[in-house]
Formats: sequence, C-alpha cells, structure tokens
Amino acid sequence: MNFTRSSSPHHHIRRKTSEVMRMVIYAAVPGLMLQTWFFGWGAIVHLLLAVTTAVATEALFLELRKKDFEKAIKDFSAILTALLLAISIPPFAPWWISVLGTFFAIAIVKQLYGGLGFNLFNPAMAAYVMLLISFPVQMTNWTPPLELAQYSHGFVDAVYIIFTGFSAEGYSLAQLKTDIDGFTLATPLDSVKTELTMGKTLTESLQSSVFSDGLSIGWFWINCAYLLGGLVLIRTRVINWHIPGGMILGMLALSLIMYGVDSDVYSSPLFHLFNGGFMLGAFFIATDPVSASTTNRGRLIFGAGIGAWVYIIRTWGGYPDAIAFAVLVMNMAVPLIDYYTRPRTYGHYSEHKKSMKVAKSDKQP
Amino acid sequence: MYKQFDEILTRINDGKLWDFPGGVSPQGKKELSNTTDIDRLPLPKELYVTVKQHIGVEGHVEVEEGQQVLKGQLLTKSMNPFAVPVHAPTSGKIKSISPHVSAHPSGLPKLTITIEPDGLDKWTEMTPLSNYTELPKIKTVEAICSAGISGMGGAGFPTHIKASPKKDVEFLIINGVECEPYISSDDRLMREHAWQIRQGIDVLSHLLTPKKVIIAIEDNKPEAIKAMQVTCQEQDNYIVSPIPTKYPAGGEKQLIQVLTSREVPKQGLPVDVGVIMQNVGTCFAIADAVYTGKPLVERVVTLTGEALNAPRNVWALIGTPIEHLLKQADYQEKRQRNSKVIMGGPMMGFAVASEQVPVIKTTNCILVPADKELPEIGDEQPCIRCGACADACPASLLPQQLFWHSKAKELDKAQDYNLFDCIECGACAFVCPSEIPLVHYYRIAKSEIHNQELEKDQADKARERFEARKLRLVREQQEREEKHRKAAEARKQAMSSDKGDAKDKIAAALARAKAKKAAASDEAADASPEVTGKQDKVAAAVARAKAKREAAKQSTDSEATTDTAEQPVDKKDKVAAAVARAKAKREAAKQITDAEATTDTGEQPQDKKDKVAAAVARAKAKREAAKQSTAHQADATTNDMQQTDTDTSVQAEPTQPMSKQDKIAQAIAKAKAKRDAAKAQQQEQDEK
Ligand code: SF4
Ligand code: SF4
Repeated sequence: MNFTRSSSPHHHIRRKTSEVMRMVIYAAVPGLMLQTWFFGWGAIVHLLLAVTTAVATEALFLELRKKDFEKAIKDFSAILTALLLAISIPPFAPWWISVLGTFFAIAIVKQLYGGLGFNLFNPAMAAYVMLLISFPVQMTNWTPPLELAQYSHGFVDAVYIIFTGFSAEGYSLAQLKTDIDGFTLATPLDSVKTELTMGKTLTESLQSSVFSDGLSIGWFWINCAYLLGGLVLIRTRVINWHIPGGMILGMLALSLIMYGVDSDVYSSPLFHLFNGGFMLGAFFIATDPVSASTTNRGRLIFGAGIGAWVYIIRTWGGYPDAIAFAVLVMNMAVPLIDYYTRPRTYGHYSEHKKSMKVAKSDKQP
Repeated sequence: MYKQFDEILTRINDGKLWDFPGGVSPQGKKELSNTTDIDRLPLPKELYVTVKQHIGVEGHVEVEEGQQVLKGQLLTKSMNPFAVPVHAPTSGKIKSISPHVSAHPSGLPKLTITIEPDGLDKWTEMTPLSNYTELPKIKTVEAICSAGISGMGGAGFPTHIKASPKKDVEFLIINGVECEPYISSDDRLMREHAWQIRQGIDVLSHLLTPKKVIIAIEDNKPEAIKAMQVTCQEQDNYIVSPIPTKYPAGGEKQLIQVLTSREVPKQGLPVDVGVIMQNVGTCFAIADAVYTGKPLVERVVTLTGEALNAPRNVWALIGTPIEHLLKQADYQEKRQRNSKVIMGGPMMGFAVASEQVPVIKTTNCILVPADKELPEIGDEQPCIRCGACADACPASLLPQQLFWHSKAKELDKAQDYNLFDCIECGACAFVCPSEIPLVHYYRIAKSEIHNQELEKDQADKARERFEARKLRLVREQQEREEKHRKAAEARKQAMSSDKGDAKDKIAAALARAKAKKAAASDEAADASPEVTGKQDKVAAAVARAKAKREAAKQSTDSEATTDTAEQPVDKKDKVAAAVARAKAKREAAKQITDAEATTDTGEQPQDKKDKVAAAVARAKAKREAAKQSTAHQADATTNDMQQTDTDTSVQAEPTQPMSKQDKIAQAIAKAKAKRDAAKAQQQEQDEK
C-alpha cells in the first residue's frame, strides 16, 4: 500500500482568502445602503460598472499572463477593489470615471505589479488619486443629500445622469446640486474649508445647511455604518484593530491638539472622525492587507500616519478630503515601517546587549 | 526582564502564569481516544528496530543475523556519549540487519535490526538499581543511558545527557502538556500510572537537585491533573501546575515561557535559564529502568482518527510496524480516498511512507484521519500579507517574510528573519487563508542552507585532507626508510641474540589488535558522507573489508604486518600505534622475510585520490587471501560470504553505477568488517 505524503501541518482553519474578502464586502453593505439612501442610486450604478470592469480586466490580464483567471476572480479581491472605488467617487460622476478608474486599479496598479499580493499601492486609492488629478471637476461634483436637494432623483435618474449627464427629467448635474432655495451646495468638508479661508469662524461656517447640530447631514450616519461594519470585521478577526485604531488615534491626537489651540479655526475631532470617507478609510481601505504593514506595531504606526496625514491635508492642504493621498503616502513608508518594527524573536532578548558584551570582551583579550 | 526564582515561584503557587505570543486553538479531538484504558496488543509477526532512534550518533550493533535474543537484550552498544542503545523488544531470532524504511518524514531506509518473535516474550536478566540514592549519581545516569532512554515527547534527545547537566537547575519541569490535537498517550499514562511517573520524577530530582519540580499539564486534562496531584501531594517540592490550553503550549520553549517567563537564548539550552524539561513518558521509562532494570522496549501510542474503528491507546513494542497497529485498530480503508497515515499529531506529525514504518521511541501517535476530517489543503494562493501567520507564531517570527524569502531562494534574507528560530509548529500554516504550506517552504530552505554549509565544509575539508595527505606521505616515506634501516640492524643483532620470548608475541598480538581498532575507527570516519565518488566508495569499502579480514587472519598466524599500525587516526591511537610499531619492529627482527612481504596490506584508502592505492591494496589482499585460504578453515563461513559479497561489488565497480544490491552488499561488508574489528577489540581486552 502506498501512502499519500504531505507536509505538516495536516490541519487547517477553514477560512480562505476569498472568504476574508467576501466578509469585508458584506461588512461594507450597511454603509453602502446608507450612502444610497442619502445620496441616491449613483453609488450602486457605479458599483455595477466598476465590478464588471474589474472582473473583465482581471480576466483579460490573467489570460494574457497565462494564469487561471477563474480561480483568481473567485478570490473576490478585484471585486472588493471595485467596491471601494465605486463608493469613493461622487455618485453622479460620468460612467467612464469608474470604468477608467477600475481598469487603472486592476490593470496598472495590481496586475502590472505582479497580481494579488505584489502590489505596493492600494489599487482603489491609487486609481482614485489618478482620477482626482486627471479629472478634478468630475471627481469633486458631489450632490447634496437628497433631503436638502431641490430635485429628487431615483434609480433611473441615476443611470441617466451617469451616462448622459442629465436626469430622466432633463435636469443637469448642476441643477441637482442646488438646494431648495436654488443655492449650489458643496460637501461639508468643502464648505467648511471655503468658509474658513474666507475668514469666517468655525461656528459660522457650521451654520451652512449641510450641517445639523455641527455634524454633517448624511455623512455622519454613513460613517457610523462603516464604523459598525468595521467593528464586526474586528470581532470576526477578519482585520486586526491596529490599523483602524492607529488611524483614529492619529486623527484624534492631532485634531484634539489643534482644536485645543484654537477651536475657532480648527474643527473638532468628532467633525473629522465622522466626515468624508474617514471610517470607510479606517476600516476598509487602509486595512487592505497587501499594501499595509504586516507587523502589529507597524500597523499601529501605519494607521496613525494615515490619520495624521488626513488631518494635515484636510486642514492645510489643497484637497477637502485626503484618505487616498494619506493611504498612498503611508503605502510608500511600509517597507521602512516593516523593517523597523520587526517583533523580537523568541530567545533574542539580549541580542543587542550580548553583541555589545562580545565586542567589549574582544577588545580586552 | 529575567524573573528571579522567588517571583516565579509565587506566581506558580498562585496559579498566575505567563503567556506566550501567538498560538492557535485547533479542536482537541482527544475524546476519540482517551476514554479507555491503555490496551495490550498481540505480538506482531516481525519487529523492525531502527538502530538510531534519537538525536545523536548510532550505537554499535552487537548482535548478528540468526542469533537468538531475549526480550530486553542489548542490540546496540553505546560507544559515544550521544549514542543511546536499543534493546530487543521481545525474545526471538534476529532475521536480518539491513536498511529498512524509517520513521522519518523522508522515509529513507536506515539500518534496522529485524526480529522474528518466538512468542515467548522471555525477559533477559535485569539488574534493578532500587538503592540508587546510596550509589554515586553517575551509576544512575549510566543505568538510564543503558536502558536506552531518549526523550519520548519530542525530538528524542538522549535523556542521560539532560540528567547530568553542567549547570545548576532551578526548575525541573515535567511536561505533561500534550498540546497537539488528537494525542492522548501522555494523558492516559498519567491517569493510569501516576505513581510510576512520580517514581521517575523522584529519580530525576535526586540527580538534578532542582529547587522546584513543576508538573505542567494542560487544563483540558482534569483527570490527569487530579491523578498527578494525588501522587505528588506528599512531596513538598513538587507542584502540579495546570496551564491554559493553547497550541503549542507543550513546546519546550513555550512551556518554559509560560511557567517562568524566561526565554531560552537562541542557540542555547533550557539549562541556560536554569530549567531542565522531561516528558512524563520519559519519567515513566526512567522509573522502569531504575526500579526494575527494564530497558525501554515499549511505549504508549495513541491510535486515533476517524478512519479507525477502534481508536484507543496501546502499549506498542518499539519496532512494531504500523501495519500491525492499523489492523488492531480496525482501519477502514474506504474512509480515505488516498490512504494517509500520520505519525504524530496533525500539527507537527509527518505522513509516513509505508505501512512497514516501525514505531520508534518518539512515536506518540498514529493518526488516520477520514477524508472529511483533515481535508487535503487546496492549491496555494498568493500571500495577501494579511499577517494572520505572524499573529499566530509563538516564536514572534514574520512567517510571511520567511515564506517570501524562502520561496525566492533568498536564503541569507530568510536567515536574517531568523528562519532557524522557527520551531516548525505549523501554527502559521494552520491559519493562513491562502493555504500556503509555509512550514514546507521553511523546511526546504533550512535543508538548502544546511547543504550549502556542508558543501563549503566539504571543500574546506578536502583541501585540508589533501594537505594532510601530502604530509603523511612524506612522513611515511621517512618512516619506512628508518624502519628498513632498523630492520637491517636488527637482523644483524638477531644473528647473535636468542629467539624471541613469549612476551614479545603477546605484545605483537596487542599491536595488531590496536591497529585493527584504528582501522575500524578510520572506517567510521569514512562512513560519513565526505567521500565523494560512489565508485571510490565501493572500492574503498572492498579494500577495507579485505584488509581487515586479512588482519584478522594474520593475527592467528602471528605474522608481523608492520605497516598496519601506521594509520594516523586520533591521538590516542597514534600513541598506541607508536608503541605497537616499536613492538612490532622487535617482532620483525625475528621474521624479517615475512615482514617485508606484507608491508602494505593495511594501508587504508583515505580519499578518492587513493583509488590507486586501494587497487594495490586489493590486489595484495587477494594474493594474500589466496595464499592463506588453505591455512584457515576456521573462519570459513563468514569469510566466504564476505568474499562473494565483495567480489560482486568489485565486478560492478568499474563500469556501472552502484546498484541497490551492491549497496546492500557494501553495507553488509562494512557491518561485518566492523563486527570483526569489534571482536578483535574484545580479544584485545581478553588478552589484557
Ligand atoms: S497568513 Fe498566509 S496569506 Fe496571510 S500573510 Fe501569512 S502567509 Fe500571507
Ligand atoms: S512554524 Fe515557525 S514560523 Fe510558523 S508559527 Fe511555528 S514557529 Fe512560527
């Protein structure tokens, strides 16, 4: 009788990479739903576009690289990338934004670097930055929450706007951005930024109609949903707490200090934490394992770095929100962080001291 | 950082232990096998006792084929402090001494003594040492060594070495953790034989005089904890310490960390942090050895897995083939699509090569999982750098980096990331979502690094050898000239002096015996893989075998073969050889003519360049053999066999690569030659 040979361990936990990715996707669903609720169906339309593009691009490239694409697509990583990009771009951006962005993310950032596991940068965020720099107008065209908007819009409107630039009833995107009184509404982060540069105090700028009680309408709840999803991911051990924890701590520390220095000019920590894509970034984007640090201490530093960068760019930089930039900057620092945060291996506790001792005893024969 | 004894003791007494980083919690599955008593099995048809079952060097085979042995009789003898002997597991006949598939992941054949049981299971005479407390400690250590005890939990480190450390011992830790899933042999042993385990602990604690003895048991074995507590209660110095269940808490380094927070320094030993650890099974065997004189011939083995109908713990004789155990446990082949048997647990065990693999002293479990139970892992997917492996690693390594560099064959970098601190526990591969066989990659990388080092070593050694040889040739030349000169002188003197007396003869015999011993150890040195050319090996082995036989014959003839003593082996032998030479020379004076005829027979082929020399030796040896074949009928049987064996290999040598048969023949020739040498040694002692 011939026995099968295999290497130990013979026992494996039953959680595959594809399951990990799938769980991340599921955990993002509440946030995505709230986003749709507040901002209309645009995100869903873009999601469909992005996923299709992602799968097609992945298949194409794997075919070119002579790899089995069926298996690779089943790992859900491309779909997750598509999802993250789709919910980051403005809901009524033209269709080619998400198609181009996803193609760029999968083809250039991921596959050209060698496929899953080899990309240095977070594909979704690299694509986002590429889009933002190339198409600044389309990428900053956020519509206000539906409850504030002058014209309401449904799924069909969303499809129309994305593909033609006009809703089914013929309203242009610019019209959709106006409030009941006919004023164009900016996003909360945008509006605070502009008002502050105009010399107003923070309290004054929070009077804008996109805020209620100092919190951004819509955005606050969306961030809460992503926070919730993220906590579930930590609970189920899909992600470690270190990156989101670090990111929140980094943001909290900087914003608290500045808020303490001058609460008239600098927004509160709460404002920053629950605005823009912060929670999405903390739990879903920065935690992309491939491009993040791999040691626990490193993850804390990585997260804190992102948090700090987000604050710095939001406050003093040229862009209202900055998750993508911050993530990319810290992606670049990962090799360095990883190198300097290697955990102390068992039994190596006195290595430094010992080598010093050896060096000394060498000198005195 | 380094916790002091008192602090550690308080924490242990309070039951507040430390923790080790990482670790995983696979399902225990112990209930499959731990509910019934340890069972006795009928004798198997054949037993395969592997000669080397531990870390260290192999002992010297003391028996021959066809010999009857009794249960517990010594089969090999320890020649070296790192050698542990093996004993006959039952009474019967030695069927063969030859390579047999081994209980090793590689499954490569190793020298094995096959015994056909006679069914009587008759014990040899035993010498207990029950008054060990009154004897010098070294006696007890010797008894442990000669009972063949090596660590029964892990890698099989010779126990007697651990029992005589050079440093002070603060803690003697008795490891009853058994953290691997499925295995329950120590659990059952503790439940059923707690008293005897305690006796073993008593012996160890007498030898080591530790400040405290800790018996560590995972808290998923309440019955074992209870049993040990009861038996140890009157020993103030012993404490039974339940430890949290987490894999791999039973790893030596991890257990030390859990109990004392100390870490064994890299490349260090537990005793460097004041700890000696022994497994409970080892304690049981020590008690056997000391109180009854029984050597280690059986052990508890867990037979488990859902492909067995009768999983349980059994007493298995060392050498029992797995086939026998599977039959006893009612193996259901149909529950496995591909037959697979794991020796050890699911985390660190290895899949055995065949059903003929024997139980060895470290075999604690035979696991035969059903298909669904431990499914084969799927295809490896790319590492997503999720870090799950790093979170699980008890040694705080970065498995994904190790994997990356091992796979890319960047061996230097892998070592930078402390590849050699990996204990191969498998926790990383257990959690990896991409199903990467991480440990497999590490093993390959490790062996590649070893090979590289070996090659470098070999190159260095070859150069050294070459230079040494040049020197030796010069020296030999000088010596020979000197000898001839002396012989000439002696001849002159002999004309006038009287015949040699009996004393001289004895001296000469002694010299020859020493020379043979030298030859034997020389061969041992050659047996290491340093000799490169296969053909050369054959040639050398043949030459050696012949030369030795030659030597044996000549000892009866009392012909002086002056040069046999000229092997530079080791210092001691050199001195001996010098003495021998001196004596032999005196002898030579009497037998001048003969001496000159046989000068070169003993010259040993030392390396591949000596092929020519070997050929010469062979030729001479043959001539010699022809000359003397009639004179010596006494050794006829063995010699004849040897003759045929060696002849085959001689014929095969020049053209074909070595076939299996030849290899075996060669091995047999070597074994015989060794035995002859050993006999000669025995003779030498007798003569003394
Ligand atoms: S667990 Fe596997 S996939 Fe995750 S980092 Fe380690 S090796 Fe890579
Ligand atoms: S096998 Fe090695 S690298 Fe993997 S968890 Fe165990 S010690 Fe760490």
